[in-house]
Amino acid sequence: MSNHREPAVDLKLAQSFGLNAEEYRRILAIMGRTPTYTELGIFSVLWSEHCSYKNSKPLLKLFPTRMKQVLQGPGENAGIVDIGDGLGVAMKVESHNHPSAIEPYQGAATGIGGILRDIFTMGARPIALLDPLYFGELSDPHVRHLFGGVVSGIADYGNCVGIPTVGGSVFFDASYTTNPLVNVLALGVVEHSKIVKGFASGPGNDIIAVGATTGRDGIHGATFASEELSDKSAAKRPSVQIGDPFTKKLLLEATLELIDSGLAVGIQDMGAAGLTSSSIEMASRAKTGIELDVSKVPLRETGMTPYEVMLSESQERMVVVAPPANFEKIKAIFDKWELHCARIGRVTDDGKVRVKWQDEVFCEVPVTALVDDAPVYQRESKKPAYLSKVARFKQSTVPQPKDLDGTLLQLLAAPTIASKRWVYRQYDHQVRTNTVVLPGSDAAVLRIRGTRKAIGLTTDCNGRYCYLDPRNGGAIAVAEAARNLACSGARPLGLTDCLNFGNPYKPEVFYQMKQCVLGMVDACHALQVPVISGNVSLYNESVTHSVYPTPLIGMVGLIDDLSQITTQWFKKPGDAILLVGDVTAKPDIGGSEYLKAIHGKVEGKGPRMDLKREKALHGFVLDAIKSKLVRSAHDCAEGGLAVALAECCISGPPLGPLLAKGGNKGVVRGGIGATLDLAKLPGRPDFKLFGENQSRIVISCSPLVVGKLRTLAKKHKVGCLKIGKVGGRKLAIRKLVDLPVAKLKESWEGAIPAQMQ
Amino acid sequence: MKAAVVTFPGSNCDYDCFQAVAEHMGGEARYVWHREQRLPDCDLVILPGGFSYGDYLRTGAIARFSPVMGAVAEFAGRGGPVLGICNGFQILLESGLLPGAMLVNRGLQFICDTVHLRPERTDLPFTNRLAGGRPFRVPIAHKEGNYYADAATLAELERNRQVVFRYCNANGEPDEVSNPNGSLHNIAGITNKAGNVLGMMPHPERAMDRLLGSADGRLIFESIAHFLR
Repeated sequence: MSNHREPAVDLKLAQSFGLNAEEYRRILAIMGRTPTYTELGIFSVLWSEHCSYKNSKPLLKLFPTRMKQVLQGPGENAGIVDIGDGLGVAMKVESHNHPSAIEPYQGAATGIGGILRDIFTMGARPIALLDPLYFGELSDPHVRHLFGGVVSGIADYGNCVGIPTVGGSVFFDASYTTNPLVNVLALGVVEHSKIVKGFASGPGNDIIAVGATTGRDGIHGATFASEELSDKSAAKRPSVQIGDPFTKKLLLEATLELIDSGLAVGIQDMGAAGLTSSSIEMASRAKTGIELDVSKVPLRETGMTPYEVMLSESQERMVVVAPPANFEKIKAIFDKWELHCARIGRVTDDGKVRVKWQDEVFCEVPVTALVDDAPVYQRESKKPAYLSKVARFKQSTVPQPKDLDGTLLQLLAAPTIASKRWVYRQYDHQVRTNTVVLPGSDAAVLRIRGTRKAIGLTTDCNGRYCYLDPRNGGAIAVAEAARNLACSGARPLGLTDCLNFGNPYKPEVFYQMKQCVLGMVDACHALQVPVISGNVSLYNESVTHSVYPTPLIGMVGLIDDLSQITTQWFKKPGDAILLVGDVTAKPDIGGSEYLKAIHGKVEGKGPRMDLKREKALHGFVLDAIKSKLVRSAHDCAEGGLAVALAECCISGPPLGPLLAKGGNKGVVRGGIGATLDLAKLPGRPDFKLFGENQSRIVISCSPLVVGKLRTLAKKHKVGCLKIGKVGGRKLAIRKLVDLPVAKLKESWEGAIPAQMQ
Repeated sequence: MKAAVVTFPGSNCDYDCFQAVAEHMGGEARYVWHREQRLPDCDLVILPGGFSYGDYLRTGAIARFSPVMGAVAEFAGRGGPVLGICNGFQILLESGLLPGAMLVNRGLQFICDTVHLRPERTDLPFTNRLAGGRPFRVPIAHKEGNYYADAATLAELERNRQVVFRYCNANGEPDEVSNPNGSLHNIAGITNKAGNVLGMMPHPERAMDRLLGSADGRLIFESIAHFLR
């Protein structure tokens, strides 16, 4: 017998665990008795928003998830899409927002740890990480503390585990001041025949805990992630786990060796809610039961109770299910990597979760009660009052700046637009030597070894657009991700999403969430991109307001041949510059970075999204790239056409390869210039320079193929306008802008380092 | 070329070194687990980059005690070429096969970028295909690459021409701006007196293919191949 004495259970305790009165009554009804302390803890984490998706499930069902390339849709550790040659890519995004708000370094670091486990438990070797981040304004010292801490947490962890961080995005807006969004996406490659799933199948099989020891860190982390941050949140710092990237690297290698050996029947990571959710989810998928003796779990602290062992979120641990005959061989693998490996229970056929400490039972609950009977809520939705107010915005009332050169320089230095080199220079983006297009173009591109193929990867979401018109903003997030991929030569295959919203119990927040999801669904259908995995992060609130609705999209696309990889920067003097897509539309500055950074306003409805035109544009660009007519392609996004053109001039690699023979003449340190005339575009000068109209791409091409591109554009029913040519040392837009390239580069590259020094 | 690529717990460039030899040079590469007491039949030993033992305590400080390091020292003592890259360089410093130590970069941050290197010697097993003084481009990725040695050691290194690579600008001049991490004398790589043990912070194994930005790292592997021929 153990000497663990558990506290008495009542409604008050349940509430302190994050359950509401209705949910507690439901537990009493299911159990037919008062649950034990351990049982209550298990219910509370599995029924938390983070694990049960109780407030988002009805919305998530709306996503299209089945298309022919999908090998594994939502519901597993990660989704998988087919890339041919017997290979698939596994992908998932996750959030670590709340931990990062109070402990930015460890919060961000453990976010990476968690998402990597999701990928390699599927049998996939992780090959890339991307980090989309959202912070308050960089002028705020607390924001700089959070930003610096998050970036170094990502760097120290990601670099050490040896997975390249190849991309991401950083967006700055006051709405994220006390509640930053720290999302992380991981992607891996898996052979079809080696895909592993999280199933606890085969009654009698061993349940094995591998990896690090279990301590008291991170208890109730999943619950903490499912409530609002407040001035008391700092006291929850012990809910933040501590990462150990070295052990993670060992665990990754050992797990891949285990999968190669074929000795395991199921593998699951211990992430949010630790041993509780990993073992119970595996039993639920396999429709079996489990019996655990938690006294056998390797512990790092003395005196831990069954409750603490079950709820610990100590990092770098996994659960393996395997036939008893294989145990010694499995142990030998983990011994080699100097990791723990202990039998802690077995699969049963009674459909129950039984948790014991030696012979004493502390929990006995049907698996279905915990997983299938978890509450699902259809929350109340109400259109927020602010929406009609911001929609009344009239752009004609905005004063026209006299100095457009100065305005452009100011925009290039706005942290959301400015170069993120300060960030990605701290990330190892080349380890494992697959990164063809490094951070700094529309999408990162990685080659797939052993084939002529490559994949494009991007993350996108402009939270301001979603705030101003949630449905339109949700559609833009998906469309822009697909557009970025198209610009790099990649055909979209699938997306993973991280739905970052405020408290869903506020009807206005739920409205934002529902509308954003509907917009994403529209775009997924129109652009034929399935949702293969995702994560929901709610309760992103500060004392006074919710964060902007931010349904972050991570998207992967396939490039059929390495020769089709395309980057955003201008390549060669004399090349023609074309604007393709929606070239005749009236410019719209609503929701733009220009309106915010220069005029201090967040108003309007944001740029409109016409999905039919968007689809046609992607078809055209991919076709043109495949026909080898395009030398560069860059999406017009934050900062509008002028910023897109400036980026085409300054974002290329600083130097050509020195020992290369020819091919890079005219490309000098500081970029390459361009001469343009935008007289054919409608609208006021500042509007046409800085309006963020969607569905537009700047491409450059040999002057000899302009006619061919025009014909191709006509075929795809896409607008195509020649607006200038590449060359010189200045960005010269007739009558509007005349700036040396070096000056553009100085503003754009210097902005973030200057703030962070 | 028969290369032994040593894997320590936490090594993460072992795969890239393996591929540089096997895929790009058409040589034979074998992983050697750090617990091995001896090396397989090989004519080159590579200590790859990464975070052996998580860089805990001090970079390379624990890995130097790995059983395989005895065999590596013996191989080096017999004149066999040993190439330590990044963390491999740090391990060579800790194990005393090369002099000096690494400090944290002067900017206190990890740096992933591409730099120019000036070869100071072209008579070594690792550099015979390089042109003296002419810069070449390779990536760096480290947080502790700020080379330090006391004045006497530094003077001796220079006198013996043990400095093999210096960070430089595109014209091959080792100026202050081109020094990414604060290394004394812009040092990016050094050799032992005999010239058969090279430690370098930059990653030639990441620059084997134009597709990935630079193929200049091949020059080092081609030099080794030429030496072994």
